Amino acid sequence: MKILVCISKTPDTTAKIAFTDNNTKYDTNGVQWIINPYDEWYALVRAIELKEADASIALHLISVGGADAEPILRKALALGGDEAIRINIDSDDSFVIATQIAEAAKTGGYDLILTGKETIDHNGSSLGGMVAELLDLPYVSLATKLELNGTTANVTREIDGGQELNEVPTPVVISAQKGMAEARIPNMRGIMAARTKPLKVVEPVACEALTTTVSFELPPAKAGVKLVDAENVQELVRLLKEEAKAI
Amino acid sequence: MILVFLDNVSGSIKKSSLEALSYGVAVAKQLGTEAQALVIGSANSDLTELGNYGVSKVHQVTGPEAFDAQAYARIVSDKSNELNASVVIFSHSLMGKALASRVSARLKAGLVTGAVALPDTSNGFVVKKSVFSGKAFANVKINTAVKAISLNPNAYTAVLGEGKAEVTTTTVSVDAKVKVVSSTKSSSDRTLTESEIVVSAGRGMKGPENWGMIEELADVLDAGLACSRPVADAHWRPHHEHVGQTGVAIAPNLYIAIGISGAIQHLAGVNRSKVIVVINKDPEAPFFKAADYGIVGDAFEVVPKLTAALKVGA
Ligand SMILES: Cc1cc2nc3c(=O)[nH]c(=O)nc-3n(C[C@H](O)[C@H](O)[C@H](O)COP(=O)(O)OP(=O)(O)OC[C@H]3O[C@@H](n4cnc5c(N)ncnc54)[C@H](O)[C@@H]3O)c2cc1C
Repeated sequence: MKILVCISKTPDTTAKIAFTDNNTKYDTNGVQWIINPYDEWYALVRAIELKEADASIALHLISVGGADAEPILRKALALGGDEAIRINIDSDDSFVIATQIAEAAKTGGYDLILTGKETIDHNGSSLGGMVAELLDLPYVSLATKLELNGTTANVTREIDGGQELNEVPTPVVISAQKGMAEARIPNMRGIMAARTKPLKVVEPVACEALTTTVSFELPPAKAGVKLVDAENVQELVRLLKEEAKAI
Repeated sequence: MILVFLDNVSGSIKKSSLEALSYGVAVAKQLGTEAQALVIGSANSDLTELGNYGVSKVHQVTGPEAFDAQAYARIVSDKSNELNASVVIFSHSLMGKALASRVSARLKAGLVTGAVALPDTSNGFVVKKSVFSGKAFANVKINTAVKAISLNPNAYTAVLGEGKAEVTTTTVSVDAKVKVVSSTKSSSDRTLTESEIVVSAGRGMKGPENWGMIEELADVLDAGLACSRPVADAHWRPHHEHVGQTGVAIAPNLYIAIGISGAIQHLAGVNRSKVIVVINKDPEAPFFKAADYGIVGDAFEVVPKLTAALKVGA
């Protein structure tokens, strides 16, 4: 059994969101980078749990990005996993990224490919589906639980107003969200071990970007809060009805 | 032509899909073409009524018994090819998220997910989408001839007019790899992202036993329920109510935050709400800076009063 977990580097959740170069580039000045929380807390930790339960599982991590993605991959390796792959290309087009991952997965022979449900910067929610389509594999998205049973994956996924239990043969692509696992903190042994785990750098395959991000904008600033006295909730009801027309 | 995929959840078309339909009709108008709808599975309602949203034709494909992204993506892509669609539109719903990405890769159609506005066609085809968990927007140009868009729920208002659509039904045989073993549903089909009003509460409520007043307020407003992350982590409330950067991102017309401090990760998931009301006993709570209306006070006193005032006014 081989598992591949897709790892993306994202700005820390408290990072300031600002843009440079005439609002065409995200201002990375002073930004701390983290593993995308959905990739780390849910996809990666669940994969580590599966490996802990079955030592024969090989767990590989993959990230598409420049050399600055390596600290993130090392951090992921400190949590667990046997080796990491970095595909050496920076792109903001999800199809380009998915193509690189699918290409690596083709030769890797993975039974399970895990992604987070989305990244907290691009909010694309598209990588898993694209990888699955490029590999012609089944895809279960927004999974909250995952069990392996031989060549069958039992996956619980979110549906409108509830949960659904799916049974799907491996190989399969699954996107993970809250519920799948609990966040972990790497320990000293893990951090030491990560230093010597293999991190392979692979050159990208040629692929045309299907989209181009042309500019960014910030939402308009709020006018400021209108405070209503706690003894006068009727006034809030009136404002919501007449001024905001929200109820 | 523009093809709009409609989520058919156990026989009914979701509200967010009707928004996508109206959006598709508007995009068609921009491009001087027409929009048509695609529904997979059997429907409980009269599909000719979708004409009220401005489409002349509805393609219904039966065959799949349950949602399988792989099988559905084939159906949508085949229809798109057959009809020569230039834009394929989805709702950025649970189903839409799984499907749009697959269709995009299958058709090599550039995809913008989570669109919040109509495309700007003055210089190519540029779609505005929400990024950085609602803290910013990106304008993304689609470079391919065939384009795919998924529209954020509550980002575009469904426009109801009058008309009847012609429905053509075809049946396909599918080889779905995903089998549904069982499903559990809470009372409503409505997902939080579709709610127009959301009542949300945080750690300030002290414990799960105090949620009765939150539920009552939500009841009078016919609102969805949400909570902050520590509340879900402590299992006071179910995970699917957790909103924010690492939970669900929502953009309702009205968001009422009760006993929530307004941490940056919480704001990230809710700051696209049109109107924000904050009830917090601490006048320094950061949430007030992001709010339109606020009450500084004890939730245990203010919330029941607010519910009562709304009942009187209703
Ligand atoms: C990587 C990361 C991701 C995160 N993602 C999320 C996320 O997605 N969503 C999220 O919500 N959080 C998220 N957080 C956590 C976030 O930082 C905050 O800790 C959390 O939002 C605080 O929840 P809270 O406002 O309910 O609780 P608190 O911060 O404890 O605030 C409670 C508030 O209630 C008020 N209060 C207390 N008693 C009363 C009363 N009787 N009446 C009225 N008001 C009262 C207090 O004044 C206070 O403002 C994340 C954190 C990290 C590090």
